[in-house]
Amino acid sequence: MQGATVATYDFIFNGLGLREWCGESVRSGPMTMADLLARGAAPAEPQTGFDWGALWSLPFPSLDELHKACAEIPRSRDLTRSLEAGFLNVRESLRFVLDPMTQPLSWALENALHVAVNTPWWLMLMALLVVVWLAGRSAALVGLVAAVMGFLLFVDHYVFAMQTLSIIFVCAFLCVVMGVPVGIAMSRSNRFQRLMIPVLDMLQTLPTFVYLIPLIFLFSVTEPKLYGIAIILYAIVPVIRLTDLGIRLVDKEVIEAAEAFGMTRHQKLIRVQIPLALPNIMAGVNQTIMMSLAMVVIASLVSAPGLGVLVLRGIRNLELGVGLMAGLGIVLLAVILDRVTKAALARVNAAASVARH
Amino acid sequence: MMDRQVSIAIRHLYKIFGANPVRALEHVRAGTGKDALMAQHRHVLGLRDINIDMRAGDITVVMGLSGSGKSTLIRHVNRLIEPTAGEILVNGENILEFGETRLRELRRKQMSMVFQHFALLPHRTVLDNIGLARSVRGERRADFERDALHWLARVGLGGQEGQYPHQLSGGMQQRVGIARALTSNAPIMLMDEAFSALDPLIRTDMQDLLLELQTELQKTIIFISHDLDEALKLADHLVILKDGSVVQQGEPQEILLKPNDPYIVDFISDINRARVLRVRSVMDRAPETIPQVAGTVDVDATLESVIALSGGDTALSYAVRNRDTTVGYLNMQSLVRALVPTQAPRHGNRKQEKAQPAASGPAA
Ligand SMILES: Nc1ncnc2c1ncn2[C@@H]1O[C@H](COP(=O)(O)OP(=O)(O)OP(=O)(O)O)[C@@H](O)[C@H]1O
Ligand SMILES: [Mg+2]
Repeated sequence: MQGATVATYDFIFNGLGLREWCGESVRSGPMTMADLLARGAAPAEPQTGFDWGALWSLPFPSLDELHKACAEIPRSRDLTRSLEAGFLNVRESLRFVLDPMTQPLSWALENALHVAVNTPWWLMLMALLVVVWLAGRSAALVGLVAAVMGFLLFVDHYVFAMQTLSIIFVCAFLCVVMGVPVGIAMSRSNRFQRLMIPVLDMLQTLPTFVYLIPLIFLFSVTEPKLYGIAIILYAIVPVIRLTDLGIRLVDKEVIEAAEAFGMTRHQKLIRVQIPLALPNIMAGVNQTIMMSLAMVVIASLVSAPGLGVLVLRGIRNLELGVGLMAGLGIVLLAVILDRVTKAALARVNAAASVARH
Repeated sequence: MMDRQVSIAIRHLYKIFGANPVRALEHVRAGTGKDALMAQHRHVLGLRDINIDMRAGDITVVMGLSGSGKSTLIRHVNRLIEPTAGEILVNGENILEFGETRLRELRRKQMSMVFQHFALLPHRTVLDNIGLARSVRGERRADFERDALHWLARVGLGGQEGQYPHQLSGGMQQRVGIARALTSNAPIMLMDEAFSALDPLIRTDMQDLLLELQTELQKTIIFISHDLDEALKLADHLVILKDGSVVQQGEPQEILLKPNDPYIVDFISDINRARVLRVRSVMDRAPETIPQVAGTVDVDATLESVIALSGGDTALSYAVRNRDTTVGYLNMQSLVRALVPTQAPRHGNRKQEKAQPAASGPAA
């Protein structure tokens, strides 16, 4: 059927009188794999009667198939290539805009990494424990964190773990700083919400590797902002969603009371909506942090330092022990991050406990 | 009562909930009722052609069964709900024309509200909740703390200022809501079932507090209730709502004696009339012959007190005094007749201004 002279869908172009526009039905450019295979196949026997075989192997009128009938139709390979070319065309202008905008991200990541690695371990450990105490007010939690960090120090994974932690810290912080206002805007406008939901869905469902591809083209692989952006795009979704949800869930009568006593929009937001949405916002922050951790491991493919690098080494060099040890470190980090943010969340919940009557 | 100025006037107010209220309004104006509007057009009739004058210094009580539109009506007065059609005049100005800033000023300075479900801020202490109106106006806590504590004590919750709302019982939360409205010190108070969660004793106490305040402060109060005893005790003007329409409004005694709708007859059938009706409502202002009187009674005395005075003797008559002037005569027989809850025309010595309408609802 894929004979070099007759293409299945010739009739369309002949029928529509487009033969002229198509030009000669000659293949230009390199051959596709299908062409090569077809060349090897024996030409089909002339058939008489109804051609079941032809129907059986009737190809879908795809780009490649139509191209055979008409050279003007691009092949799907041309499509992907033109996507690439299009991206490369706008790349310079995109860079021109995005580069300065995201430069602070690189800067923040570099500094955080620098501080995390160069502060003496005992000072860092103390600072961490103080933060944990402030967030959770629980001695058991401080003990857990101390034990985990002690273990990581003991097995010489401390520096990697601190790199991972500092990246998470910077990215999650930026997620909150950008995500909460977006969530607030969504809660205020139904139209903006309708606009954002597909975007958020897309960010959440795109396979994580797909983020990396355009970013690699846009920035050089050595720049920290490359993985910073990938992590933020992936992890910002829950904090936006839960801020929006939390504000929308605030008891309608309480909002009415705020309005009945003449609060401005701003007073309402600061005094009523955000405090009452805080448990939900904190749940979003917890998820954001956990998702940053997941992404920071993948981001080591594009030069993010930390435990992910060890995992990658384990895969590349088939060093099972290295990979497993790093994996354990990641699990431990996940546990303490989750516990600490949940403890903070529980405290917020207790403070803003909304009694239902 | 006396001719006081109209403080809040509601004119031809309609409210329809649904996707296209303006279209549904045409059906309502053409006479479609609440149930039919729901069945045929999938819209909820909230309010229909409401006209009420509320006088400054009066307590206007709005009564009706659950779902009759009471909360919807009171929320229009401070525009928590926008009407589908109509006007709301506060001190002569149509507040529907107010921009955001003027509306906010109105809510801050002129009105306070008690909510049916309390609507306290759960993350703030009782004291902060009570001072809400004042702090929204920009006053600092030191400026309103004394007032707040005063009203907290006045509603019987002295010493609870440091608690959080969820640490209080429903009735206590409701009283915090009342104290919040009182601390705001606004001349107009909107009270949506403000006493519904209170036990009978505290409830009576709060009713007395409200009446006491009225003699002192002369606020304009809109009070929603579905308790007839409460309504009769508090109301200067009583409005009865049914399915979003006003069935009858006027002086409470008047409504009690001349209910114009079977719905109201049902409503008032269980009431202790002797305790609620007053001499002035059943006395004869100008009898043909001046009867032999056994004594004098006050014009505002309840019939119950007159019965006690007479010792149950139905042959007696009394002269009715307002201060020092005799304003009419009360015959015990007409008193007894007034105690019978009936919708049939009464044959008492009181003049029948117009015949009772037959048992037909308003444009049902
Ligand atoms: N936001 C809304 N959307 C649709 N219908 C509504 C809405 N708010 C109120 N209604 C309807 O309006 C009618 C009146 O409700 P409203 O809350 O005013 O009743 P109510 O008299 O205060 O009753 P209750 O004594 O139970 O508080 C009800 O039929 C209700 O279903
Ligand atoms: Mg109600």
